[in-house]
Amino acid sequence: MGQAQRRPDARPVVSMVNVRKSFGDVAVLKGVTLEVRPGETVAVIGPSGGGKSTLLRCATLLERLDAGSLAYGDLEVARDEGGRAVYGSAAVERAAKARFGLVFQNYNLFPHYTVMKNITDAPRCVQKRPRAEVEAQARELIAKMGLEGCEDKVPCQLSGGQQQRVSIARALAMNPKVMYFDEPTSALDPELTAEVLKVIKLLAAENMTMVVVTHEMSFAREVADRVVFMDGGVVVEQGPAAQVIDHPREARTQAFLHRIGE
Amino acid sequence: MVGMLGEGFLVSLQIFALTLVGAIPLGVPVALARMSTWGISLGRFRLRPVALIARFYISVMRGTPLMLQMFAIYFAPYYVFGIQLTADSKWQATIVAFIVNYAAYFAEIYRSGIQSIPRGQYEAAEVLGYSRLQTFGKIVLPQVVKRILPAMGNEIITLVKDTSLAFAIGVAEMFSTAKALVASQVSMVPFALAAAFYWVFNFAVEIVLGRVEKHLDYYHD
Ligand SMILES: Nc1ncnc2c1ncn2[C@@H]1O[C@H](COP(=O)(O)OP(=O)(O)OP(=O)(O)O)[C@@H](O)[C@H]1O
Ligand SMILES: [Mg+2]
Repeated sequence: MGQAQRRPDARPVVSMVNVRKSFGDVAVLKGVTLEVRPGETVAVIGPSGGGKSTLLRCATLLERLDAGSLAYGDLEVARDEGGRAVYGSAAVERAAKARFGLVFQNYNLFPHYTVMKNITDAPRCVQKRPRAEVEAQARELIAKMGLEGCEDKVPCQLSGGQQQRVSIARALAMNPKVMYFDEPTSALDPELTAEVLKVIKLLAAENMTMVVVTHEMSFAREVADRVVFMDGGVVVEQGPAAQVIDHPREARTQAFLHRIGE
Repeated sequence: MVGMLGEGFLVSLQIFALTLVGAIPLGVPVALARMSTWGISLGRFRLRPVALIARFYISVMRGTPLMLQMFAIYFAPYYVFGIQLTADSKWQATIVAFIVNYAAYFAEIYRSGIQSIPRGQYEAAEVLGYSRLQTFGKIVLPQVVKRILPAMGNEIITLVKDTSLAFAIGVAEMFSTAKALVASQVSMVPFALAAAFYWVFNFAVEIVLGRVEKHLDYYHD
């Protein structure tokens, strides 16, 4: 999926090169490079503590790199200067934030806002877009996420699967160039997981550029153009899903897949 | 007798209202100061002067009697600055003491409310590009208001009764009036009536708080 319009030669939507990140004395990312091209769906897999979330948090500016570089297209957010990451201006960061969306494991919806307001508030207040346009787009997204009739409900009235789909709509309403998902279904039971995976597949089919951290191997195999296996703060192996998941080359990848029973 | 008590009640009501008007906003900077991380690192230890001062302020305000604070604020201008006390000084000292005292309690309630908001809320707002001010005003504050409402209710009800402490400094609020009436009429009835006034007033406060709580009941988290 997605291959049709994928342009391998196009400039990466996001480019992280040689990223290092430590918390105190603990090195969590030890030189990770990840570039994602327009329309590509990348699945990131790997054992707990391998640094997958930290990588997404660095990409979304929730954490600062210690070393390495981060760019969104022509926007250079951080560049490496002699082994130290140097960040650009606040304006560059603000511009970069308009280019990605992040979906959290536990949704992090705003509990006091209705579904509609959750989706429309940031486009209105951050991007200063006109109300009519934003609401029309929100209604489209609500329909696409299968959330018709939920417009005026608040998150606590929705199932986990519905809440996660609202949070996907909230991120999409900002018209991001790339969407990050950090284990979007691991708080959900199998039935609700299927609902959420369905909409992510739909986005993949529309050539949305995505990076999905997931433990769902069958989903990764089916949807991802590329699978990245991370362990111990490094990318151990990457390639097409059929190769990495079905015929892993590295011993650590084999051990991990064996352990989770694939 | 009811008329005199009523006059005293109006004074109590003024103390109550002025305290809320002053202390509810004043608690915000105190809470923010208490949570400030601004400071300097000394090895492993971090000195946070703003937070330290706020903590000391809150500790003194909560750790000493309000009655003594009233006297301290009443006499401080005279003893420290040599300013002559006037007829209004008692009233002014009472209001100032109530405000600075209650601001300390409110600040701690605000702080606990702000700190109870999950980090994920801030992170979601940050990724969506909200400014810090927008995040606080639109995302954090409304949720804090709902969470602190019960604790604020407790303090506000306590405040209604605490207004009687102004009696000690000689402000003619309702309790002072009742005490004077008890002495002149050799009857306990004024006390009973004053108690009824306090209770009815608090009953009204409870109704208002209940309304607000119900208004915010449309969601939970
Ligand atoms: N803010 C932090 N402070 C200290 N250590 C942290 C912090 N965030 C993450 N870590 C540590 O970094 C390591 C990698 O964490 P990370 O959450 O990136 O792993 P992960 O691959 O997402 O794992 P999981 O599959 O469990 O989500 C872990 O050992 C974790 O304890
Ligand atoms: Mg994780």
